[in-house]
Amino acid sequence: MKTLALAGRTAKEIIRDPLNLFFGLGFPLVLILLLSAIQASIPVSLFEIDSLTPGITVFGLSFMSLFSATIISKDRGSALLQRLYTTPLSSVNFILGYTLPIIPIAIAQSVICYTVALALGLKLTVNILLAIALIIPVSMLFIALGLLFGSVLNDKQVGGICGALLTNLAAWLSGIWFDLELVGGVFKKIAYLLPFVHAVEMERAAIFGNFGDILPHLTWVLGYLVVLFATAVLLFLRQMKKQ
Amino acid sequence: MDAIKIENLTKNYKEVVAVDNLSLTVKKGELFSLLGVNGAGKTTTIKMLCCLTEPSGGDAFLLGNSIRTQKSAVKQVIALSPQETAVVPMLTAKENLELICGAYGIEKFKKEEQIKRLTKLLNLESVLNRKAGKLSGGWQRRLSIAMALISEPQILFLDEPTLGLDVIARSELWDIIRALKGKVTVILTTHYMEEAEALSDRIAIMKEGKLLLCNTAEEIKKIAGTNSFEQAFVRIVKGVAK
Repeated sequence: MKTLALAGRTAKEIIRDPLNLFFGLGFPLVLILLLSAIQASIPVSLFEIDSLTPGITVFGLSFMSLFSATIISKDRGSALLQRLYTTPLSSVNFILGYTLPIIPIAIAQSVICYTVALALGLKLTVNILLAIALIIPVSMLFIALGLLFGSVLNDKQVGGICGALLTNLAAWLSGIWFDLELVGGVFKKIAYLLPFVHAVEMERAAIFGNFGDILPHLTWVLGYLVVLFATAVLLFLRQMKKQ
Repeated sequence: MDAIKIENLTKNYKEVVAVDNLSLTVKKGELFSLLGVNGAGKTTTIKMLCCLTEPSGGDAFLLGNSIRTQKSAVKQVIALSPQETAVVPMLTAKENLELICGAYGIEKFKKEEQIKRLTKLLNLESVLNRKAGKLSGGWQRRLSIAMALISEPQILFLDEPTLGLDVIARSELWDIIRALKGKVTVILTTHYMEEAEALSDRIAIMKEGKLLLCNTAEEIKKIAGTNSFEQAFVRIVKGVAK
C-alpha cells in the first residue's frame, strides 16, 4: 500500500506533464512516420518498418531514464523527500515507488509504436507480443539508469546527461539509424560493449522470428540491468543517508 | 509526561559543532519554540529529532522512543512540515493529502475521514481539487501543514511555518497552530520574535549549537530586564543578559 501510494504519485507526475507525453509518445511516433516516409521515397533496408520499429521502441525508452531521473532529482532538490523520509516509508518503498510505475508506461509506449507500425504495414504476427514482452527488461535497464542519475545529479544536470547524452548514446550506438558494420572498427566494438545495440537486435530478432538470436542479446541486457540496478540502489541509499 | 527528552545531543560536521551537548525536555501538548540566529543549530536539532540526521553524540527520546535505536517507532508518532513548502506540484491538494495517508498506511475509510477533517480545519475546500503547484504561497503552507497533520502525529515539527507569508496568511496560520495547543506537541522554529512570543508555552534560545536559555516568554523578558521580547532575545544572544 505504501509503495502503491508513491508509485501512483510517480505515474501521475509523468503522465500529467505534456512535455513527457510529447517525448515519451509523440516523438517516437513522429520518427516512425518520418522515417517510413523517407523509406517510401528512398528505400533503405534499415528503415523498413520491421527493422525500424524495434529500434524506435528501444530509442523511445531512453526518455524513461529522463522521466525517472528528473522526478528523483527534483524531489531531492525540494523538501519533499525530507518530509517523506520522516514517514514510515522504507528504502524499498522508495525504490519501487520510483521505478515500478514507469514499466507500464514503457510497455504502453511500445504497444503504441507497434500499433502505428501495423498501420504502416508491419505484418501482424505473434512475434510482436514477444517483442513487447522483451521490452520489459530493456525498460528496466533504462529505468535503472534514471534511478542512478537521479540519485547523484541535480535536475539541471539530469537534463544534460539523460536528455542529451544518454538519448544520443542510445541513438548512435544502437544501430537504429545506420548499420554499425558500415562504420566498423573501434566504434562498432564500443557499441557492442554497450547494451543499446543488443536491445535493438534482440527486438529485431523477436520481430523477424529469429528466436535463436534472442538469448545472447538478452544476456547482455540482463547483465547490464543487474549491474546498473544494483549500482543505482546503492547510490539511492547513499543519498538517502546523506539527506 | 515528557513528549521529548533530549540528553546531551551533539552533532559535528567535521570541525564544526552544529549542536553542542543539548539537553532539554518538552512536555506533552506543549508548544515549544526553538529560537536562534542563523547557524544556531535549530534545523540540525529538528533533523536529528526527526531521524533525518544521525547524532554524533547523546540521544533523544520521543514518547520514550530513542532516535538512535527506535527510528521506526519515532517515525510513527512524528510529522514534519519542512522550511520549504514540501508539496507535489503536479498533484492536487487532495492527492497530496492522499499521498501522505498512503505513506503512513492509513486505511481508505480513515483516509477519507481525515481528509474531510483537515479540509475543514484548514479551510482547504476551495483548493482541494486544484494542483498544488498552482496555489499561492499561503495556501501551499496550509496544505503543507495539513499534510503534516493528516497522520495524527503526537509530535509535530514546524520549521519556519510562516516564512515569506503576508500578514493575513501569517495570522491565519497562527490561529491554526494555536488550535493545536494541548492536543499535539508542537516544536516550532522561527525567526519571527512576535510569532514565538504569541504562540509558545516555552521558548529555547540557541546560539552556536548551545542552549542559552529555556523559559516562558514572560520569564525571558524578566531575565533580560526588558518589556520587549525582541530586545530580550538580542540581549541574551549578545550575552548582555544571562
